[in-house]
Amino acid sequence: MVAAAFTDFMQQVVSGLASGGIYALLALALVIIHRSTGVINFAQGEMATLSTYIAWALIAHHAWSYWPAFAATLVLSFIGGVGIHRVVIRPVERGSVLRIVIVTIGLLVAINGFVVWQWSGEPQQLQSPFGTNVYDIGGVIVAAQDIGTIAVALGIVLLLWGLFQFTKVGLALRAVAVNPEEARLVGVRVSWMLALGWGLAALLGAVAGMLTAPTVGLDSNMMAAVLIYAFASAVLGGIDSPIGAVVGGLAIGVLLNMLSFLSQYSAFDWFTEELRLPMALLIILVVLLVRPQGIFGRPEVKRV
Amino acid sequence: MRTLLELDAVAARYGPVQALHDVSLVVREGEVVAVLGANGAGKTTTLRAISGTVSRSGAIELDGKQLKGGPEAAAKAGVAHVPEGRGTFVDLTVTENLKLGAYTRRDRGVKADIQRVAEYFPWMLERGSQRAGTLSGGEQQMLALGRALMSRPRLLLLDEPSLGLAPMIIREFFRIVRRLNEDEGLTVLVVEQDARIALNASSRAYVLEVGRVALAGTSDELRDDENVRRSYLGY
Amino acid sequence: MTPRTQRLAGFVAFAAFVAFVLVLPQFISDFKAREYAYVGIYLIALLGLNILTGYTGQISLGHGAFMAIGGYTTAILMAGNEQFGGPVAGGLQDVWTLPIAGLVAGLSGLAFGLPALRLAGLYLALATFAIAVALPSTVKRFEEFSGGGQGIQLFGLPTLTGSNAAATGDDFSAPATFDLLGITFTQNDWMYYLTWSIALVMFAGAWLILRGRTGRAFRAVRDSETAAVSSGVSLARYKTLAFGISAAYAGVAGGLFAIASAFVNPDTFPIALSIFLLVGIVVGGLGLLAGLVFGAIFIAFLPLWAQGQDLGSLLPDRIIEETQKPGGPAIVYGVVLILLMFVLPSGVGGLFRRVGGRITSRRYSRSK
Repeated sequence: MVAAAFTDFMQQVVSGLASGGIYALLALALVIIHRSTGVINFAQGEMATLSTYIAWALIAHHAWSYWPAFAATLVLSFIGGVGIHRVVIRPVERGSVLRIVIVTIGLLVAINGFVVWQWSGEPQQLQSPFGTNVYDIGGVIVAAQDIGTIAVALGIVLLLWGLFQFTKVGLALRAVAVNPEEARLVGVRVSWMLALGWGLAALLGAVAGMLTAPTVGLDSNMMAAVLIYAFASAVLGGIDSPIGAVVGGLAIGVLLNMLSFLSQYSAFDWFTEELRLPMALLIILVVLLVRPQGIFGRPEVKRV
Repeated sequence: MRTLLELDAVAARYGPVQALHDVSLVVREGEVVAVLGANGAGKTTTLRAISGTVSRSGAIELDGKQLKGGPEAAAKAGVAHVPEGRGTFVDLTVTENLKLGAYTRRDRGVKADIQRVAEYFPWMLERGSQRAGTLSGGEQQMLALGRALMSRPRLLLLDEPSLGLAPMIIREFFRIVRRLNEDEGLTVLVVEQDARIALNASSRAYVLEVGRVALAGTSDELRDDENVRRSYLGY
Repeated sequence: MTPRTQRLAGFVAFAAFVAFVLVLPQFISDFKAREYAYVGIYLIALLGLNILTGYTGQISLGHGAFMAIGGYTTAILMAGNEQFGGPVAGGLQDVWTLPIAGLVAGLSGLAFGLPALRLAGLYLALATFAIAVALPSTVKRFEEFSGGGQGIQLFGLPTLTGSNAAATGDDFSAPATFDLLGITFTQNDWMYYLTWSIALVMFAGAWLILRGRTGRAFRAVRDSETAAVSSGVSLARYKTLAFGISAAYAGVAGGLFAIASAFVNPDTFPIALSIFLLVGIVVGGLGLLAGLVFGAIFIAFLPLWAQGQDLGSLLPDRIIEETQKPGGPAIVYGVVLILLMFVLPSGVGGLFRRVGGRITSRRYSRSK
């Protein structure tokens, strides 16, 4: 009995880490953009959906094989992110918060519309490069898809970390997030750094989307729920903290799966699959009310 | 000594507010020149006009070439601006702050230069991984100076370095600035509220009043003229 | 112009507007009257949101939730016992539910406003966003109160004024009519007059609130919280009050929405509605009546224009074809939104203010 519960538990943990990895990637995208430009990009999910459709189109309509399509999509998404910043965000960057929010909402609506317009809203299949095998590790059934997802997410996060910590560009990006005026004085082209941030965020979103599609199915609203989970992760971890985004994402993924696991016991049987989303939203509310800066964030100092 | 920096009829504004009306000054290579005046006289704005941080009109020439564009261009041209309030990157480490100073450089001498800077500030090597925000005010001012040096600037702009620092630290700071000027020939333009210490550290000075140059002369002259001291410099 | 002349001119402009509103149904089709009724509903909600965001600077991406509270309150009170056991035996006549809808929503606004004090700017936007997204699922969960996924059907209920007209009107070519106070109304005209008379009254109410001490306090909070506190303005009281008032307005709008649509279900008030409300006040321009009217029109009609209706004759067929494909209208909507933010950052109201709306702007804009 205990052994069965344990393997069940571990299975939920592993798949929780996999979905958490996806939330972490999208949350990281949100954090990068917020840290550098102070904007919450409500369109991040739709951008990811668009990227995933591009990958799918390359594979399904142009007979590309998976990994080249993956790479090309990353490149195109990066360029797209840079482009969106230069064209759409830069003109309103210095304006009021409200104006920027409306612009990202306009992006959300327009991109979502474009995806439907170009490829129709019908659900599509994006094959997974990891196959549908499952492995039995000490009694715990683990899907190759989950392992692959965790590996890719981890890999991207590490690469990004390397970029930020060890390269000149990464240092400049961090400097811009801390003190953009100062960064200009040492010669950093701040505007391009911000665009670079958007490019990286778009790239992260593309990975998140391509990892989501095989299990959830590709359609125009694929990332809507993931975006909410990503918000919850970013808020939980700290909206300006990249570490927070990753930890928050994994935590949310595992937590929600834990609730699923526990729902078989009477104390938790109120938790149904439909409550996953409201639960994430509740987490957002609670964190914002109790500790708005999240786990790793620093409290905002009100400047007098 | 040849002219390194020349401002001719420079005007600058913050939106609708005209901060500089007509400022002309000259800094020769290897000099330390001070810009003095009361609050609001336009001292900081003058530095900002040079580094391109504020919109300005008039001619600003560095070594005969017009300085155009924003701070990024000025940095590339060899102007290092240490702003009011130090401007350290508080969330980054001491070493990272220094590295950022060398951002516009493409050569390989950056690591060696960190050692060179450390000769003036040995503690920067020992505490390289300390977060800049946890440094004291004086240490941050030194770090800002160190960062400026990392770009191997042709012109160093210092904006009110004494602000908020204890007298001993201020003296130490200016001592280092004088050393840099004497040993390495670094050209410095320093803006100061504390006229006394600025005059001690410089060879020439300009006094600004309401966005214009009211007075100019050698630091000795200005220091020795009691009238000037009392009317313009406050002591 | 002296201030007194300006104020007089303002009254005249307002009177002209009221006259225009009253007379309009004579000149438009019955169906259009219904569309303009929705404009009136959105205007009420925008008046409220404007008090919150335009005046105290608190951004809400969740006002659709307050509309939902008002809408469901109205529906539950109207439903009586037949459908699902509402609290009032025979159901309450629709019009009388509106003040209650406003009150219930207003109290919820106060209740939310208090903890919301801890949040600012984007964090508040995010929190309100979360509430608005969660609401439909939560409503579905509590079936006993809300009718669950099916919602509450109001069509044909006796408590719906004029609904007996719908019941007797078999001939769909002519609009069904009913008599009230000696005047013959069509259902749509009735909705139009109901919403607009309430909208105009509530506008006057907002004006009264805002021109006095409360309004000044609100503006003080928006312009500088520290200055406001040092002048003795209680941040907590006024920020919470603003939430309550704006929620009450949204509640009334929601109640009217329920009446106009003749039903409510969890999908009647989706997150899109909350977003569109915010879009409405930003596009309309914070703080100006004329702007808010345009904002309401924008929310109500842009989706239709985007599909090529009404404006269709102005554009070549090829373009209309493309934009009418699924997803096309959304692209147009999004792009128009973005372009508006570039071109008219202070919204249409800002444009009016610049071009010469000194008359109307005196009444609603910040005191200099």
